[in-house]
Amino acid sequence: MNTIILRTIAPALTALMIIFSLFVLLRGHNEPGGGFIGGLIAASAMALYGISSGVQAVRRALYFHPVTMGGFGVLMAACSGIPSYINNVPFLSGIWWKVPLGDGEYFDLSTPMIFDIGVWFVVVGAITAIMLTLEEAD
Amino acid sequence: MLLAVLSGFILALFAPLLKRFLGYRAGWVLALLPASIFIYFLGQYDQVMSQHAIFEYHPWIPSLGLNLTFYLDGISLLFALLISGIGTFIMIYSGGYLKGHVHLGRFFAFMLMFMASMLGVVLSSNLMAIFLFWELTSVTSFLLIGFDHLRQASRRAALQALVVTGLGGLAMLAGFVILGTSIGNFEMADILSFGDVIKDSELYVPILILILLGAFTKSAQFPFHFWLPNAMEAPTPVSAFLHSATMVKAGIYLMMRTYPILGDTVEWSLLLGIFGGFTLLAGTFIAIRQTDLKQMLAYTTMASLGLLTMLLGAGGEGAIEGAVLYLLAHSLFKGGLFMVAGTIYHEAGTLDITKLGGLGRKMPITFFAALIAALSMGGIIPLVGFIAKESMYHALLHGDPLSFILLIVAILGNAMMFAIGFAVALKPMMGKMGDMPKQAHEGGIMLWLGPVVLGLCGLAAGISIAYLGHTIVHSAVSAIGNENAGTELHLWGGINAPLMLSLLTMSLGAIIYYFYDQARAFADAVLNWIGWGPNKGFDQFLALLLRVSQLVTDTFQTGHLKTYMRNTFILLALVIWVPMIAYDALPDIDFSSLSAPTFYEAGILLIAVLGLYAVLVAKSRLTSIVSLGILGFAVAILFMLFGAPDLSFTQFMVETLTAVILALVMTRLKLDKSDAKYGMEAIVAAIVAIAVGSGFAALLLRVMQTELDMSLSDYFTKYSAAIAHGHNIVNVILVDFRALDTLGEISVVMTTGVVILALIKLKPKNHKHASQKGKNKLKESAS
Repeated sequence: MNTIILRTIAPALTALMIIFSLFVLLRGHNEPGGGFIGGLIAASAMALYGISSGVQAVRRALYFHPVTMGGFGVLMAACSGIPSYINNVPFLSGIWWKVPLGDGEYFDLSTPMIFDIGVWFVVVGAITAIMLTLEEAD
Repeated sequence: MLLAVLSGFILALFAPLLKRFLGYRAGWVLALLPASIFIYFLGQYDQVMSQHAIFEYHPWIPSLGLNLTFYLDGISLLFALLISGIGTFIMIYSGGYLKGHVHLGRFFAFMLMFMASMLGVVLSSNLMAIFLFWELTSVTSFLLIGFDHLRQASRRAALQALVVTGLGGLAMLAGFVILGTSIGNFEMADILSFGDVIKDSELYVPILILILLGAFTKSAQFPFHFWLPNAMEAPTPVSAFLHSATMVKAGIYLMMRTYPILGDTVEWSLLLGIFGGFTLLAGTFIAIRQTDLKQMLAYTTMASLGLLTMLLGAGGEGAIEGAVLYLLAHSLFKGGLFMVAGTIYHEAGTLDITKLGGLGRKMPITFFAALIAALSMGGIIPLVGFIAKESMYHALLHGDPLSFILLIVAILGNAMMFAIGFAVALKPMMGKMGDMPKQAHEGGIMLWLGPVVLGLCGLAAGISIAYLGHTIVHSAVSAIGNENAGTELHLWGGINAPLMLSLLTMSLGAIIYYFYDQARAFADAVLNWIGWGPNKGFDQFLALLLRVSQLVTDTFQTGHLKTYMRNTFILLALVIWVPMIAYDALPDIDFSSLSAPTFYEAGILLIAVLGLYAVLVAKSRLTSIVSLGILGFAVAILFMLFGAPDLSFTQFMVETLTAVILALVMTRLKLDKSDAKYGMEAIVAAIVAIAVGSGFAALLLRVMQTELDMSLSDYFTKYSAAIAHGHNIVNVILVDFRALDTLGEISVVMTTGVVILALIKLKPKNHKHASQKGKNKLKESAS
């Protein structure tokens, strides 16, 4: 689509959407959101960017092939089950660590979070891959 | 014993490597494995004799009742010795026969895998493990028959063997399952003592028929025999090892193994007697017609298997003893004769018996091996084949009327085999020099060692029969008969009735040999007159299968997305409405109990209806797609209002992306701008749409009326924050409680993505139909 307004505003909007998608992804454990929804938002961002600036621009911005991203996501989600092997609990049981940040602050790192990020990658990767390929001229 | 079975698989991994370093001489090294397995089993003999059987247990998947249990008694010991002993010489022979072949390493690997699987079949006690190894022999046999995969005939033969033996294997599995569940035990070693229970059970006949289907297909009994002659497309070492000495004996093994629990009933005797006897006669008769050495041997192998089946059918200690002896004799002489045939092909370049002649002077050692094997096959004193024949005649003479018929069949069959055996051994060797493509001379030691040793073993077994009679043969017979066999075996039993019958057999055989050409012409004429055979039937069956599949495909896979969608939705409507009406479960709505919608609910509903209206009246596709989005957004807002923010959120994103993807698909596929429907088409579409939509509404209303089991919801609500440290229950379920499900789902998402990608990128060249299909698939998955 060749409207100058969209082309100008799209990159900024895309960036905003991706930040929002990460926000939705990370807050998902306690508030509405999570990897699936976040992934869909990011995929929409990619769609917007693709429509305004062309497929090549998206591919350049992504750097990795979207299928690679999706595959990485599946791998990441599956690997989040490894700590449960080490702790000798059923596969993919949630395990939590407190990572000290200094000043008495802690960051709650957990395998469900890693898993959720994996989901995010799969959704972004798979949908973006389909969309970009559809958009590309033969 | 575990190592003895599995070492073949392990060595198979390294066989190609070994071949790279040693070339064809790797055959010598690889032969060490079967040789040491042979020695190992020989060493187990004393223990088997003293304890009756050795049992070994290795857990594999205990939770499924699947264990690697091994059971070594007389019968499995005999088979294990035959497999490993003959395997040793086959490995050496393979090196000589396929010297210089590019894929010799692969061949060695297949052979070793086969040998290991075969050992697994005869040693396993767990029914499932037997089935597993059984199918592994089918698979390795497939690979070996199709070894020369560039030839169409090889591929066809390989496929045919796999289909026939594979289907038989499945029948056997069904039989095993019934057997195992009715006894409540899947260990053959335990089941063996339940013979009376099984024979009295009403499930006896189904079990018997299913297991016999497995045995008959594997052991090439009529009418499943046709794959065996075709399997001669394989290189000769394969024919010698798999298709005469070992694999085809798996069916015989199965019948021997199940004899204590299934055997010695009227059904058993009739089935085995009739099919075995017919296979014997048919096999020898067709064998006489052949001019190809390997084909002659293949059909006599089929006949010999028929003879063994028949003897097991006759039952009783004597017949079983005859069967065990004949099994031993046959493996030795037939393995040897096949190797001789292979050597002749290797040296003379042809297997056509009408062209071969006078090779005896050029290849004396091979001639000697052929002769000694033929003597055993013809049942001539002092070879083991003679004793086998005497033994079976002796048993059949002293039986019921059925045995008497079987005796006549056995005499006829043996006479023909006598003639064919000598035809194979003598015709290429004697007479004047034939017209052969190659200048023949003696093959190397790797080629003649096997047949010579096997032939001498046949001789040695015959001479030392008194010793074998109360050791290995005795333990095998008593393992099958489940009782202590007491007959003494002698090489020379004096002048008695079996000897007379033997002489009769030989004279008949000699007459057939003398008039061999006339006999062949006669067999040829008769078989041409019959014309049809199961081999042709197999092709017709496959053709029929293809035609039916084509018909089904053409009916349902029209290549029109509209048809697909219409059919899917019609089916969906039926699935919803039919059970609801049939079980009288229509929703019972009490409108008075429903509260009136608030003004914003009504407003959103209005938007949804407007969106729907826009879809229906839209002139262009693009407008419909976007209007559908309006409807979707309205629903998403409703979700939000009723307290499902996650769902609503997802719905928004999905609606957005659907609109984008649909628009992309539309432009890419260059669809018409408009998708207006007129007349009949519009009416059908409307009916289907209303049926599905109202169906879903009714279904949801009905669901609301049922009592909901809240235990899961309560559990998740209670523990979501407590255990999983999360307040968003939906997300906690997705990534923690049900993470494994989600892992499966994202794998599906990923796979679907890759498949869609492949479909989009698929560019069929000059193939209109395929391109149409590809596009439709694409449309389907995108929507």
